[in-house]
Amino acid sequence: MENMSAYPQEISGENIPMVKFAKVRKAYGDLVVLDDLDLDVAAGEMVSIIGPSGSGKTTVLRMLMTLERINSGCIYVDGKPLTHMPANGALVPASERHLRKRRIDIGMCFQHFNLFPHMTALENCMEGPVQVLGLSKAEARDRTEELLEMVGMIAKMDQHPSRLSGGQQQRVAIARALAMRPKVMLFDEVTSALDPEVIGEVTNVIRQLVSEHNLTMLMVTHQMGFARDISDRVCFFYDGKIEEQGPPAELFGNPKKERTQQFLSAVKEAV
Amino acid sequence: MTIFEFVGQYWPRLLSGTGVTVTQFLAATALGIAISLAMGLLRLSHSMMLRGFAVTYIEIFRGTSLLVQLYWIFFVLPLFGITVEKFTAGYMAVGMNIGAYGAELVRGGILAVPKGQWEAALAINMSAAKRMWRIILPQALVNMLPPWGNLMIELLKGTALVSLISVTDLMFEAKQINGTTFLSAQVFGVALIIYYILARFMLTPFMRWLERFMARKMGRA
Repeated sequence: MENMSAYPQEISGENIPMVKFAKVRKAYGDLVVLDDLDLDVAAGEMVSIIGPSGSGKTTVLRMLMTLERINSGCIYVDGKPLTHMPANGALVPASERHLRKRRIDIGMCFQHFNLFPHMTALENCMEGPVQVLGLSKAEARDRTEELLEMVGMIAKMDQHPSRLSGGQQQRVAIARALAMRPKVMLFDEVTSALDPEVIGEVTNVIRQLVSEHNLTMLMVTHQMGFARDISDRVCFFYDGKIEEQGPPAELFGNPKKERTQQFLSAVKEAV
Repeated sequence: MTIFEFVGQYWPRLLSGTGVTVTQFLAATALGIAISLAMGLLRLSHSMMLRGFAVTYIEIFRGTSLLVQLYWIFFVLPLFGITVEKFTAGYMAVGMNIGAYGAELVRGGILAVPKGQWEAALAINMSAAKRMWRIILPQALVNMLPPWGNLMIELLKGTALVSLISVTDLMFEAKQINGTTFLSAQVFGVALIIYYILARFMLTPFMRWLERFMARKMGRA
């Protein structure tokens, strides 16, 4: 097992990053998906992750959501270790209990929405606040209706997901994640499964989040224009590493690395 | 004696036998569902011991004859100091046997729920138990209702075996009447029809209704 003594048990001082990947490695057998990833995301920052398929983009989000275990390194959220926990003065791999305690800071939206089909839109959003946070139904309903209003789904809140379009389902899914009041929101290709004409209704909700809330966000996307518009920073992933990163104007306007240039011109041709 | 004269004369005993059959069926169903759920979940457990326990249970009860299981519970367990009353032994054997088949349905139903549902439930930080109970099982239930219908019919027909340990069900009454009157064609003909009516006109419509009801709950209908 990896010697964890090089990793601090808590990050202190000024400007603690909201999310910190420290030498995070993920492999499936011989296939290395992420290779010693170092990435800091500041509180309130919106970071977009772009890159060819198989470059490890989605894995970054899935590890942060604790859907995947990491092989080595450590992930910190708000200064405290997520994937590990302190025990007898050292960091050891996190128990399920520790994960449940720390995961509360993170929310995620998926490519295929993953709404619970046996619940209405409203019930989908109330499930976490009631069952996990222990709110009363009335409190949860207030909180949830406010969010459904924000994403423009209040009129359809009593519908089951099967009655909603993809764009509507994704907006409900965003409200469901926000109802848990996470500090970090993860968007995993949230527009990839949508018909072109409804992509705008989802991206508008995310735009609104960026402009009106101080959430930390990580977004994996194939929509370069959208990433360019709303991100504070864009990371281009290639082969399990961050090949290049920077402010969107710089990365899209004047990419330095050859692979970034190739990827961006290939994407442009496709459009 | 025509079949109508026969029914006119013997209906009280046939009716009481049918009542016992239905009671045996309901008790065995309740037990069978509980065992299916427990064994189906254990079968998916992370612990090798729990998984092994479920596999052993399923193998034993699916791999051997229901009649032998019934005799074991009623005739062999008393040798070890466990005496089970015949009515209880009847539905226990049928329920435990059906539970082994049901466990595989529960397991299959759970595995058929898309992975994204587990992930979404984890992303709102639900505990493992709540993920299973509130998100996965309701969807698994819908997946497994159609094969459950078949299993219920098997169960109903299986209850006829309890007559062999003298539970006074429909089959037991039919045999008794046959023994005293030798009206074999009439008595077993009527028994056949009663089993058919129970399965075809009560159980099947109920399962169909349940499927439609669940589909509505899922917003599918």
